[in-house]
Formats: sequence, structure tokens, C-alpha cells
Amino acid sequence: MIKAKRSKFGDAVVVFCCFILILLCLLPMVNILARSLSSSEAIIRNEVTLWPKGLNFEAYRFVLTDAKYTWSLIWTAILTVICTIVSMVMTILCAYPLIYDKLKGRRFFNTLILLTMYFNAGTIPTYLLLKDLHMLNKPVVLIIPNCISVFYMIIMRSFFYSIPESLRESAEIDGAGPIRILINIYLPLSKPVLATLSLFYAVGRWNGFSDALMFMNDRRFHPIQLLLYNILKSVTSIEVATQEGFTTPGLTDTIQAATVMFATVPILLVYPWLQKHFITGATLGAVKG
Amino acid sequence: MKTMTVKTILLKPFSEGNRKYFKEYWTLYLMLALPIAFFVIFRYIPMTYIQIAFKKYRIVQNVWQMPWADHHGFEYFIKAFSNRDFLHALRNTVMLNLLDLVVGFPAPIILALLLNELPFKRFKRFTQTVVYLPHFLSWIIISGLALQLFAPTTGLVNIVLNRMGVASVPFLNDPKHWVWTYVLLGVWQSVGWNTIIYLAALTNINPELYEAAAIDGAGRFRSIWHITLPGLRPTIVVLLILSLGRFLSSEFDRPYALGNALVSSVSNVIATFVYTYGIRGLQFSLTTAVGLFQSVVCVIFLVIANALAKKFGERGLW
Repeated sequence: MIKAKRSKFGDAVVVFCCFILILLCLLPMVNILARSLSSSEAIIRNEVTLWPKGLNFEAYRFVLTDAKYTWSLIWTAILTVICTIVSMVMTILCAYPLIYDKLKGRRFFNTLILLTMYFNAGTIPTYLLLKDLHMLNKPVVLIIPNCISVFYMIIMRSFFYSIPESLRESAEIDGAGPIRILINIYLPLSKPVLATLSLFYAVGRWNGFSDALMFMNDRRFHPIQLLLYNILKSVTSIEVATQEGFTTPGLTDTIQAATVMFATVPILLVYPWLQKHFITGATLGAVKG
Repeated sequence: MKTMTVKTILLKPFSEGNRKYFKEYWTLYLMLALPIAFFVIFRYIPMTYIQIAFKKYRIVQNVWQMPWADHHGFEYFIKAFSNRDFLHALRNTVMLNLLDLVVGFPAPIILALLLNELPFKRFKRFTQTVVYLPHFLSWIIISGLALQLFAPTTGLVNIVLNRMGVASVPFLNDPKHWVWTYVLLGVWQSVGWNTIIYLAALTNINPELYEAAAIDGAGRFRSIWHITLPGLRPTIVVLLILSLGRFLSSEFDRPYALGNALVSSVSNVIATFVYTYGIRGLQFSLTTAVGLFQSVVCVIFLVIANALAKKFGERGLW
């Protein structure tokens, strides 16, 4: 391809702009890492910018030895695994039958599902329903009410559609039923989309907090994000601070930073796998959505 | 149709062909049973609770048995619109969405153009990887990052400002500054992710157009103006109209995580109003009315936006 007459200067400007953007995205994280590793005195003396001052692991030790934090981390991890499995099973069960042209009532099911994307009952009706179902303040409230994302279901359905129908038809001639075709043909061929959506669901659950805030009063079942929220707000309100166990005010900054790190690190760990697939997922959804 | 008797209609589902069909495909319905039950229970049954907006909520009664509210059932809508907190929430929702649109909408287009101009493939991929990352951080984490970064005296940004001889800026503790911090953090979080759809559209532009332009002596800006931007036009129009359709919708996580008592005059939006008045304050009828108002306006806007998109000759939502 013949390149336009591109000035070296223009290229340099573009590269420079991108470089600034990269810094803008990464520096906040470098900063918080530095703060989590610094001594609280150094923070109060305004000395901490991008490199830890008075290097120590006090904040991490505090978080890791505090039963409340460790339990919250473990509980959120368990919750994330359960939610991902439930969501994936439900999404597959929903997406797969809908690719059958012959399925009677397919249009009805499709409309029933898609309508919920555009109109939902709202927070309070959902809250009152969960109350009537006696699900409030039980762990199940963090798993079931949002277990299928219509958007992800559409992505999975589009992927199933892209598998040649002739494969299915020849299996049918050999006498395989829908379930067998799903397990032996569709699922093995859909590994990329299964991996992507699992990660999306997992990240969504790990990051989610508003359902816990609204539907879960039992502090034992608060996911890490909600605990983090309470800690962040504790700086301004004394009673919450004592409730969350802050008696030494100097330590709050570094502990805050360390908690943010704990909530972020799992995301950073799965990110390389996530970004390998998500562009396909996102554009697929954008085209069909 | 007229020739069909009642008997044939009633017996149609049990005809020979249908029996064979169900025998072969009943497992599909078995699979669908759970997801459909999910949608009916958790998405459609809550809709029957919407009538609470028109009724006086009584905790001991069934939704269907509660007495109707005054003013032909519109008591709580009238109450909402004479509630100062709600009017503020409504104003803030519109204001923040408008600023998000003005600042946040062009940002990914500009970034996509920038990425498209990057001469080095690997550096481009690296930049993309980095700018997509904030999309995967929760608003709580971002609020944690922001609290530390913008801390009034000890935060990195204010340390730098102080060293440059500028007084500290109360980014998160003063309503005016908070609004801009909120908007810019929104851009920070979503700008990279939102470029994906534009970058996908850019790959559809015929590279020969650039070659022809280069032969005709067009420079960088002329190629962008005459080839790249027209190539993005359909995508831009659809996304613009759709975001106009969302102008009364409100997020919960973002304003709730970033807000605090000092800035509640600008950080309270409809979603946070519903939470504080409804779930905290137990005013279920009032907040259901507010939620219904918001949903209905959103649907109306979406329908108008979709019609507009089609009028522009673009594919709409449905």
C-alpha cells in the first residue's frame, strides 16, 4: 500500500499522544501501589508520588491477617466461581435451543427475552419481589436474580449460528438428539466464546456491588467490593471507621490503598486472557445487538 | 381460517405432524424451561409490582389488594414532582448525561483516529491493551484510585500542582470540581473500550481509497477528513442517536461510588434517589412511581431514537 506523504513530525505527535494516554491509564495504578507500600508518615508528609517511601508491607500484613478481609476475599472468590458456572449453564441453555429454525414458538421466546433489554420493572419492584420470595439477605440473592445477561446470550447465540448447520443436520440423520449434538459438537467448537463469556461473567461478579448493597444486609456475605466501599467511605464517617476496625488513623491511607490493590489484582491477572478474546466478543455483540 | 371449526383448532396441537415434532424436539423445550422461568420470574413478575406506583403501599397486604392512591392513583407522581430531592436528582441526571454526551461521545472517535494513525503495529496493539484496561475496573476501585490520586493534600495530583505553585484543587469535595472529575473519570474508564466499535468500522474502509488520495497528493488531515470520517459516519450516527435515547437513564454504581456528603447536591441522580428513598427510606410507592417515570421516558426516547436512526438510512435496534 502506498502511504500518503506522512510527515515524520506528524507520526511523532501521534506516538507522543498515545504515550501520554498510556501514562494516564497506568500512573493511577502505580501511584496506589506506591502508597500501599509506603509508610503512613511519608504519605502525610506528601512525599509519596510514584515510588514507595519508607518501604514496608504493614498494610498488606494488616489486610491478610484480618479475618474480615481474608473471609471477604475467599467468599467473593467462591461466589464468583458459583456465579460463573450458573450463568454459563443458563446462558447455554437459553442460547442453544433458539438457533433451531424449526423450534416452534422461537419468535415468541426471542421477543420475550429481548424485551427485557429495553424495559425493566425497576429497582423497587425487583426488591419487593425478592422480599416476597424470601431471598433477601440470603447468599442466593447474589447468584440468581442477574444470572443471565441478555447481551452475552446474544453473543453466544451468534457464535452458535456461525457453526455450519450441515454439521447439525448430519448428526441428526445419524440419530443424535439435541442434547447430544450440543455436548458433542457445539460446545467443543465454541471454546473461545465459552472462555470469553465465562471471564466476562466472572469479572462482572467480582466487580459487582450494587446488588449486595441493596439486597444483602448480612455483613458476612458482603463481597469484596462492598467491603472496599465501606472502607473508602470510612474516612469521612467515624462510626463506620470503628465498625470496620480502624483505630489507628495514620494507617488508613495505606490500608485503603492495599485493599484497592487486593480488589484489582485478580482483574489484572485474568486481563491477558480476557483481552485475547474480548474484541471478537464485543464486535460480535455490536453487530448483532 | 373461517372454514376451520373449533374442533380442528383445539385438536391442532395434537395432530400427527406435531406429535412427531415434539417427540423429536421436546428436549429443546426442557432446556429452555429454566431460562424462560428465570425471565418470567425475575423480569416479568416484577412488572406486576409496578402497580404499587398507583397504590398505597401496605406491608401486610398483597400487591393486588392494596388500596388505590389519591388523585386517581397519581398521588405519588404528584408527590415526586413536588419533592425537592427528586427534582434535583432529575436535574443532575440530565446534566451529567448531557456532559457525558458532549465530552464522552467525541473522545473515542478521536482516540480511534489517533490509533488508526499510529505507524507501528505492535505499539498500537500495546496502546489498545492498556487503554481497554480501565473498562474492567469496578467503579468502587476507580473511586478508590481517585480518592488517593486526588486527595486534597497528600494526593499525587495535588502534590504536583503544589510543586508547580498552584493551590490544591478539591476535585472530589466541591460540587463544581466534582462534576468535571466525574465526567473525566467516565471518559478515562470507557474511552478505550468505546473505540472498539469504531476501529471495527475502520477496517471496512477500502485501503485503495487512501492510496488514491495519496497519489492525488492528499496529506494526513485531508485523508482523515475525506476518507476516514465519512467511513465512520454510519457508526457515529447510530451511536449518537442511541446515546440521545439514553438521556434520562442513570447509572447507579458510578455516582454512588464517587459521591460523598459534600457534593450530594450534584451527585444524587434518579438511581441513587430510588435507593435512598426506597430501600433505605421504605417509601416504596413513591420510588416505584419515580422508576416507572424513568423507564417510560427511556422507552419513548429509545423508540424515537430508533425511528430517527432508520430515517437516516441506518440499521436501527429492531
